[in-house]
Amino acid sequence: MIPATSALAERTQQTDAPLLKIENLSKTFGGLTALSHVDLDVHPGQIHGLLGENGSGKSTLIKILSGFYTPDAGARAWLRGTPISLPIQPGYFRRLGISFVHQDLGLVPELSVVENLRISNIVAGSGPLINWKKEQALAAETFARFGLDIDPRETVDRLGDTDRALIAILRAVSELGDHRALLVLDEPTVFLPKEDTDLLFRVVKELVADGGMSALLVSHDMTEVLEHTDRVTVLRAGEVQAHLETATTTDEQLVRLIVGRSLRPAKQAVDLSTAAATHHAGAVARVDNLVTGHVDGLSFDVAAGEIVGLTGLAGSGFEDALAGIYGAHTATGQLTVRGTRTDIKDASPRSSLKAGIVYVPADRKTQGGVGELTVEQNITLPVIHRFRTWFGLNARGLSRRAEEIAESYDIRPRDPQALFSTLSGGNQQKAVLGKWLQDDPQLILLQEPTQGVDIGARSIIFDLLRSTAAGGVPIICASSDYDQLAAVCDRVIVLAHGRPHAELTGALLTHEAIAASVITSLTESPVLPKESVS
Amino acid sequence: MTVTTTAPVSTTDAAPGTPPGPGSSARPARPARNLWLHTERYALLIAWLVVIIAFSVTLPTTFFTVGNLQNVLGSQAVLLILALGLLFPLTAGEFDLSVASTLSMSSMTVAVLNAQLGVPLLPSLAAALAVGLAVGLLNGVLVVVFKIDSFIVTLGSATVMLGLVQWMSNSSSVTGIDSALVQATVGYRGILGMPLQFFFGLLIAVIILVILTSTPIGRRLLFVGRGRQVAELSGLNVNRLRIGAFVGSGLVASIAGIVYAGSLGGADPSSGQSFLLPAFAACYLGATAIVPGRFNAVGTFIAVFFLFTGVVGLQMLGAQSYVQQLFYGGALIVAVALSQAIRRQSAKAHK
Repeated sequence: MIPATSALAERTQQTDAPLLKIENLSKTFGGLTALSHVDLDVHPGQIHGLLGENGSGKSTLIKILSGFYTPDAGARAWLRGTPISLPIQPGYFRRLGISFVHQDLGLVPELSVVENLRISNIVAGSGPLINWKKEQALAAETFARFGLDIDPRETVDRLGDTDRALIAILRAVSELGDHRALLVLDEPTVFLPKEDTDLLFRVVKELVADGGMSALLVSHDMTEVLEHTDRVTVLRAGEVQAHLETATTTDEQLVRLIVGRSLRPAKQAVDLSTAAATHHAGAVARVDNLVTGHVDGLSFDVAAGEIVGLTGLAGSGFEDALAGIYGAHTATGQLTVRGTRTDIKDASPRSSLKAGIVYVPADRKTQGGVGELTVEQNITLPVIHRFRTWFGLNARGLSRRAEEIAESYDIRPRDPQALFSTLSGGNQQKAVLGKWLQDDPQLILLQEPTQGVDIGARSIIFDLLRSTAAGGVPIICASSDYDQLAAVCDRVIVLAHGRPHAELTGALLTHEAIAASVITSLTESPVLPKESVS
Repeated sequence: MTVTTTAPVSTTDAAPGTPPGPGSSARPARPARNLWLHTERYALLIAWLVVIIAFSVTLPTTFFTVGNLQNVLGSQAVLLILALGLLFPLTAGEFDLSVASTLSMSSMTVAVLNAQLGVPLLPSLAAALAVGLAVGLLNGVLVVVFKIDSFIVTLGSATVMLGLVQWMSNSSSVTGIDSALVQATVGYRGILGMPLQFFFGLLIAVIILVILTSTPIGRRLLFVGRGRQVAELSGLNVNRLRIGAFVGSGLVASIAGIVYAGSLGGADPSSGQSFLLPAFAACYLGATAIVPGRFNAVGTFIAVFFLFTGVVGLQMLGAQSYVQQLFYGGALIVAVALSQAIRRQSAKAHK
């Protein structure tokens, strides 16, 4: 509850006490521990970093704050010294003075800046009429105060990523009115270039300084946290590793805490941030100057039978590269497969398939298969034309093909007439792989091939990929799952700002080394995760 | 808003303006579901039989006669053909609201060319078919190239065509079409006492059944409608298939127009519009049967006759002609509500 005293009075009273205090916060899902006895103090007027890898428990913590998850019994929390009852009722966080800015920002692109800023007032129905002139003037005044050049009347889809992020942040703060306490920034900067991140944090600092509030910054990016926070908490596997004063923390210290091992330089890793793309003898597939999405000039090659991994922080471009190469998204660059060079600009999924290039998308539900149709119908779609006869489709041939694939890819249940949606995630993924790999591809592009897949299916899929590669097919696998990359790849390229940053091979293909390389990928002079030492 | 809404303009990213989809298709995968599925599959057919029996009992002298059977089966060819053509765009996840106007324009083209300008019958028919092809192509290109919602494009083109038909006909009926066309549609009743138009409808139903279920094109249209991103990533030429679906419905609508011109012996600038809603009602009602959850030719065939049987029976019981509108309009809503229920049911079964 918000005390009746004015926010200003509170601020002066309790400058030393933590603004947000959390004790003994745990969360288990079934038997899995997502958070274990987490303590957290966020001091007033500070930007507090929350750092950790995927799966370290950062987002679970945030979702408990927003009331989405109920913490395990025993957790306690205070805001400005007042106990908060847990679980927080959904939607109640705003009344506590907490506001969230998520990575997707939650803006309506078709509406104007001022409409987006006032969206919650409009939903709440603050009055019969909205004085848009006044709202515009207010917005303009706010922008001017922070030195921002944004026209309140512009529609949001005409603004750049940075302006959008700023609007989302200003909106989050303004929605809190006088009760502002905590602004939670859940990776809102991943798609922004460095200079713009600086601008954004300048605004956050001013908001925090002048509003008597604090900010909790959730991030994968160590550099951002080091540059812009006052204190930082590192989570690993659901446990707090350390609470640190950022000013006295080094990047190596952070890497060790995040990854769980110390890493010291060695010679195997190749720093690609300055080097031109390396070309390998025996390469059968080669990408030159790929530009698409967040990818900004990526060149690399793949040898016959080699599995090359692409990874990086969100927004580094690794998520966009494969769809670009396949022609599913606008892209430029050149692709050479077994001596045949094509312009990626002209590529389409259709032309890529004709050339034997297959793309297995990450999203099985909307891109991999159609849940309402059968496994057989899904599997045979790319080859359906081969089953045409004068008497319609060769139904027996189709079902035999589907049965063969179900058999060799171990799809369970072994029933090609089952609806695709009735299969488990792992079996759906096996079916999707079967759908694409049935036709002797020349180059395989895999996007997060084992996302949401159970452990059994995961190892089957790994075996499958390795045996496919052993047949001489080059494979490119884009993933943020470091265990998976370590398990299947012969070489991993870490991207930063859309360009290759580091290349890991041999003994460096471990979860820890890849994670360390990714986390540090935005530092000015890369702390390359070299030979790992436990 | 999700695809499961009945709003014509949905905000789903995969397929904007997707027609309110019928429920999920459900081929038997578990024996436990078979009984329910079989009931579901033949429910419409059973409902038709129940309606027939009910009216036969109440109206033994008027309804339960060979003459009435011939009337019910023989008089619905235009609606049947129109509804069958609509299956192409609906399967591909698009609306075509212009089919009734295409029918009017096609029948008026035949009438004006043949009866007023003295063009021989065959070239007149060819011109009518060309009109249907052209309208379908235009609709498809506008939808695909300019990325406009098919609901809007075909609403617009339907209205434009209505204007053109008024202009062509001077807003009045045109009669005097070559009697050969009349003979070929409703005049000659040598086979089972049925007009030939019934057999045309049957033939087109078989052709469309085969195209939709037993050709790569039919399978691809299904993927375009159900999972546009999957279709694109699977290398299908999605845009060409979507255009093709509109061309198909335009062509089939123009065939319906020719049959309509034959059955009237002329053309009328406005009455064709009354086929639009019944055609949609038949498609959606048909999608609850035979292959529940999927727009299908056999279901549509049954739905057309089920609806008309109801209308005829009610009228024989003394209902006024407005009962037709009540019946068709109500059937459309009930059909969509039913298919949503099927979709939810099967979604639940799969969890």
